[in-house]
Amino acid sequence: MAMKTLLKNKTTRTNGITYLVVIAVFAVMQVLNGAGLLGSSVKGYLVPICVYISLAVSLNLLVGICGELSLGHAGFMGIGAFSGIVIAALLQDTIPNDVMRLLCAMVGGGILAGVVGFLIGIPVLRLRGDYLAIVTLAFGEIMKNIVGNLYAGIDAQGFHMAISTSKMKLGEGGKYIINGPLGATGVQKLATFTMGFVLVLFTLFVVQNLVNSKEGRAIKAVRDNRIAAESVGINVTAFRMKAFVVSAFLAGMAGALFGLNYSSVTASKFNFNTSINILVFVVLGGMGNILGSVISATVLYVLPEAMRGLQDYRMILYAVVLIVVMLCTWSPKFKEKLSIVSEKIKSLFWGLFKKKEAGTNE
Amino acid sequence: MRIFQYLINGISIGSVYAIIALGYTMVYGIAKMLNFAHGDIIMVGAYISFCVTNYLGLPAWASVLAAMAVCTVLGILIEGLAYKPLRGTPSLAVLITAIGVSYFLQNAAQLIWTSSPKNFTSVVTMKPISLFDGQIVITGEVLLTVGVSILVMVGLTLFTSKTRTGKAMRAVSEDRAAAQLMGINVNRTISTTFAIGSALAAVAGVLLCSTVPTLMPTTGSMPGIRAFTAAVFGGIGSIPGAMLGGILLGIIETFSKAYLSTQFSDAIVFSVLIIILLVKPAGLLGKQVQEKV
Repeated sequence: MAMKTLLKNKTTRTNGITYLVVIAVFAVMQVLNGAGLLGSSVKGYLVPICVYISLAVSLNLLVGICGELSLGHAGFMGIGAFSGIVIAALLQDTIPNDVMRLLCAMVGGGILAGVVGFLIGIPVLRLRGDYLAIVTLAFGEIMKNIVGNLYAGIDAQGFHMAISTSKMKLGEGGKYIINGPLGATGVQKLATFTMGFVLVLFTLFVVQNLVNSKEGRAIKAVRDNRIAAESVGINVTAFRMKAFVVSAFLAGMAGALFGLNYSSVTASKFNFNTSINILVFVVLGGMGNILGSVISATVLYVLPEAMRGLQDYRMILYAVVLIVVMLCTWSPKFKEKLSIVSEKIKSLFWGLFKKKEAGTNE
Repeated sequence: MRIFQYLINGISIGSVYAIIALGYTMVYGIAKMLNFAHGDIIMVGAYISFCVTNYLGLPAWASVLAAMAVCTVLGILIEGLAYKPLRGTPSLAVLITAIGVSYFLQNAAQLIWTSSPKNFTSVVTMKPISLFDGQIVITGEVLLTVGVSILVMVGLTLFTSKTRTGKAMRAVSEDRAAAQLMGINVNRTISTTFAIGSALAAVAGVLLCSTVPTLMPTTGSMPGIRAFTAAVFGGIGSIPGAMLGGILLGIIETFSKAYLSTQFSDAIVFSVLIIILLVKPAGLLGKQVQEKV
């Protein structure tokens, strides 16, 4: 009985479906992997897909639920990636267990990204609309620029960090963790698909619970009508800040997993284009639709990879697909035509169904 | 003396940003959309000019005209095919479509002209002017870019304030529905705006590549982003604002490269932008619009 009432609740049902889809896909992938049916290239996509799903869901919290256009999500991802790499390298001897070390790196990366998000949020969240978008864009570029010129290393004396080669003096036997424009090299690959799956579940858990809580309703109220929300006593800035920091934290965690999935990572990976790609996942999946973000991140990550056989034409095709999908889903004219077609198909289907029914009755 | 040389270089690159920013500002002010493909139209313009001079052997002025013509047609086509069907939908949907168009142009250019950089020959043949025993050098490119940007700004200001089409543009920008009620053809006005913006992008492309001679399919994207920030910096929607924003951005960039740090010039430029926006949220010359309840 309790189960039935639970299923009647629409939000619980949608949330449940999202979890079920993710778990089912994970199980299928694990079985396929166990049976040795996955090629090495497909295996290589698994962790990035999980990372991009988390990024898309966390950005959806900002863009879809909160209604703030952010063009600097990759900046938080970059902070998470590089701090995660540093933390994992520093804990090499203290925590021998790989999984524990990865967890520490992800949480650390997330916290650092969250703190940076908070510090940036204080001035930035005073702006709205396109101006907020441009400031987040600027922030992403600044982060990329700073991280791209950062040197960090470890030697007998401990941990060193500097922003130029001349100031960076490592003792004998010292090792660079981040080497300026060359990025982080010699990273120990800790990331696993299981961890990616855990990250996706965690992100979904945080975002879905936030959305369906008192806070989430307040955030949506701010998005729908700021002035009305303010007049019923909602502290607009505080709620926007909450969403911003949570989103940054999750992006940082995803970034740490991403960074620890490759043996070398450069700051240019976290540029404007990456931010835009994540935004494309969110908008195509449907703003505010969490399951939509999960699906579109997966499909749009796999699509250009699957079209590798087309070589030079693949990105141009991707662009065309992007434009056509946007036109089909948003343009009133196209929508009208689509609905006419779907009506026809429906009536055809129902027609067949009815005839059959009539037949059985006789 | 050094400082004047940096100032001149800054104004020169800033003028290029200004011309690109003028295109952004016009499109934003009238169609209320961020046209992310604008930077790539610059790149197409530069390639057309490159091809006309190098493969057809025509003089520089003809190549500029050809680039402008091609870009105008391209701008109208893009607007008609990709943006017009989305009129009235949330701005984010149009933004993503614009990103799609940007990817399309970059990859099409890569297919046609390959990704290896081309060496763009400057359209200016004038010898540089040396002042104070060569301590200050003013190249022909500097004179041309500054001159063209001033000409474009004055021309646009006159166009929007004196001509019928220009007035229609301002009306559409102010209130689209009311403009339509007054008998203004909104669709045609927006198409005209795209045509003008794209023609300006072609000019900017030729000037940009005359100053920085490497031409690649991604040439337009970074100046595009910078010019966009310049437009916001000066107050988006305002023509003198775009000019001021562009030139200031160019000067800040050159000075921070010369005196502060070469590696961190990007960070410095964008930090200045953030600070300005926090002090003056509508940009330097933008109008602060009060929200009506």
